[in-house]
Amino acid sequence: MTGTAVDLIWLAPALALLGFVLNSALALWRPTAKAAVTVIGVGVLLGAFAVGVAVVSAFAGLGAEAPVVLRYWSWMPVPPLQIDAAFQVDQLSAVMLLVVTGVGSLIHLFSVGYMKADAGYARYFAYLNLFIFFMLVLVLGANFPVMFVGWEGVGLCSYLLIGFWFNEKVNADAGKKAFIVNRIGDFGFLVAMFIIFWATGSLDFQDVFARAPTLLAAGGGAVTAITLFLFLGCTGKSAQIPLYTWLPDAMQGPTPVSALIHAATMVTAGVYLVARCNVLFALAPISGAVVAGVGALTALFAATIALKQWDIKRVLAYSTISQLGYMFVGVGTGAMAAGVFHLVTHAFFKALLFLGSGSVIYAMHHAYHATHSHEDAQDMRNMGGLRRHMPWTAALMWIATLAIAGVPPLSGFFSKDEILAAAFARGTAQPVWFLFWGLGLAAALLTAFYMTRLMLYTFHGPNRTGSDAEAHLHEAPWVMTGPLVVLGVLSAVGGLINIPELWGGGAWLHHWLEPVTKVGAAFLPEAHLSHAAEWTLVAIAVAVAVTGIVGAWRLLKPEALVPAKAAPAERGFARLLRNKWYIDEVYDFFIVQPLVWISREILWKQLDQRGLDGAGVNGAARGARALGWLASRLQTGQVGIYVTLFVVGVLAILWRVTAGGGS
Amino acid sequence: MLLGPALAISAVLFTLGVAGVLLRRNAIVIFMCVELMLNAVNLTFVALAQRIGVGGQVFVFFVMAVAAAEAAVGLAIILAVYRHKQTVNLQNINILKG
Repeated sequence: MTGTAVDLIWLAPALALLGFVLNSALALWRPTAKAAVTVIGVGVLLGAFAVGVAVVSAFAGLGAEAPVVLRYWSWMPVPPLQIDAAFQVDQLSAVMLLVVTGVGSLIHLFSVGYMKADAGYARYFAYLNLFIFFMLVLVLGANFPVMFVGWEGVGLCSYLLIGFWFNEKVNADAGKKAFIVNRIGDFGFLVAMFIIFWATGSLDFQDVFARAPTLLAAGGGAVTAITLFLFLGCTGKSAQIPLYTWLPDAMQGPTPVSALIHAATMVTAGVYLVARCNVLFALAPISGAVVAGVGALTALFAATIALKQWDIKRVLAYSTISQLGYMFVGVGTGAMAAGVFHLVTHAFFKALLFLGSGSVIYAMHHAYHATHSHEDAQDMRNMGGLRRHMPWTAALMWIATLAIAGVPPLSGFFSKDEILAAAFARGTAQPVWFLFWGLGLAAALLTAFYMTRLMLYTFHGPNRTGSDAEAHLHEAPWVMTGPLVVLGVLSAVGGLINIPELWGGGAWLHHWLEPVTKVGAAFLPEAHLSHAAEWTLVAIAVAVAVTGIVGAWRLLKPEALVPAKAAPAERGFARLLRNKWYIDEVYDFFIVQPLVWISREILWKQLDQRGLDGAGVNGAARGARALGWLASRLQTGQVGIYVTLFVVGVLAILWRVTAGGGS
Repeated sequence: MLLGPALAISAVLFTLGVAGVLLRRNAIVIFMCVELMLNAVNLTFVALAQRIGVGGQVFVFFVMAVAAAEAAVGLAIILAVYRHKQTVNLQNINILKG
């Protein structure tokens, strides 16, 4: 207890939980009371954001380096394991707290317009509030188990919201896919927790990170195993190779959900986890290289797939995977602040992109609804020229596009540049990082290209919606456009929180996070670049971004596109990209099919039907019957035989009792 | 005083009874053999009562009373079986066969 507003931190998750309880009650008994749902659902989020601001400013006022840990009750007192239900406020969780509640509030507001006509309005807000609750538990937890509760809880909410329109099988399947793929990652998290407890005797963040440098040999097997298993959890939750396949399918959920859960907050949990455990990752150089390598590969790989997707949300989904890859390059390199910085700016511009695409889909859907058409409202081939109908959305999405492409001075430029510079600097000590830097740079080129492609096909060129439907296209209501404007401002100026010293800035976020990151940073090799080298890197990054944008502008011809139903199939390499490198098919063939085969042919037909049912259950019955048959052979009905047996028995007993039997 | 011969006779009688029960087929004969066994035991009781005390002799009366009751019930059963099956040969009476 500090006696300041920091003590009120429990209010933030409590408010979200309250919103969940009230909204689920309304969803069950008064699903039509949409006004009440709106007030509760958005109100608790704004309240949580206010609490967050108060807590963070109070925490900053304390000027404390050490985190403030607030213990509420003893959760698992099993000596020597002692786990409390406890929250921790420090510089890192403060950043996450503000991002989650701030961006969350904007997306809740947007949802009011987007989901207005939906019959499941109350249920939607109940899930969304529950998600915020679990997300806050995740970022505020003071030990691994509390964090794990949030980790699992956000997975649950993700499942519920992906399959929100569950009466279509494809949506329910997407939800299940997300849940099952995440389960593989969660297994990694669990195993990592077991090893952490075995190796350090505690699961509290404070204790583990304080003891780790003395108890765990740097680069040793234990710490490498811990960090690799933790990273397996991250690949699931944050959609990295090899477990990224669930995220594109997660786009089956409502678009604000994609913005909140599958772009801005939940999927960044893995990045948060690595940043939180920076001491452990710094002690395991191999794991750091794995994290950065997987991140760099994912960044490039997902970007190639995004080049050829037609569904506007799928492009953004692969873009999210790619950007998460960048964050992992940052945290894997040891540049925790750069990774977290990109996490924050990405939350701004990707939420803006998703909400903007939500506005587009909303307009398209209404236009097709008004003309009773059954065209795909998310296919970019059916869009085109939308800037004439939705100028605000177009302008704001251009800001986000330039930000994600890395055009100065927008937010994405600073964060991406910092990550690439950190990777390059680490390369001077360990050359493999040059490769990661190169992959990241290539991904940056593709990012600029596919984002410009998205904007060109959606907002420019002639309209392909259909002449009847085009008349019905119009800008979304202000409750939806308003949050876009706020996010647009944040995307533009978000970089201000961490202007690097190179640009004469204070690198504010970097210094703010230093109490969290400095312990780990001490174990990493010193890597410093001259100012000339840094300026060269900046120039390269900007050149790459501009090349991507101009290249897309020159190469792609929106005039030549035809609507989705008339479009020819791609050929050659384009088809490979269109079909996502057939990764889903490969997984299906090599993992899902064998698993199904083993389950059906061996586990079901052999083990269960033959083994358990046949030999076990029916076998026991058959054995009892056989024994009974044997015993019934004795029952001849001949009294003489009974008597004979009786006499023999008596003689045997007598013999035993008297002489021969011994004792 | 004559304990050895008395016990020997008793053993012989008992063995004869057991052999009769085991080997004969006629229910009446088997029944008589059972009586023979009971009386062999009675002889043992009486003989040993000389040594150990009067309890043995008392026991003989009990055995006789029970044997009488058993004879009444047993003969009645045999009679009922005969009426039912027209035979008292135990080989033909096997309705308990499993």
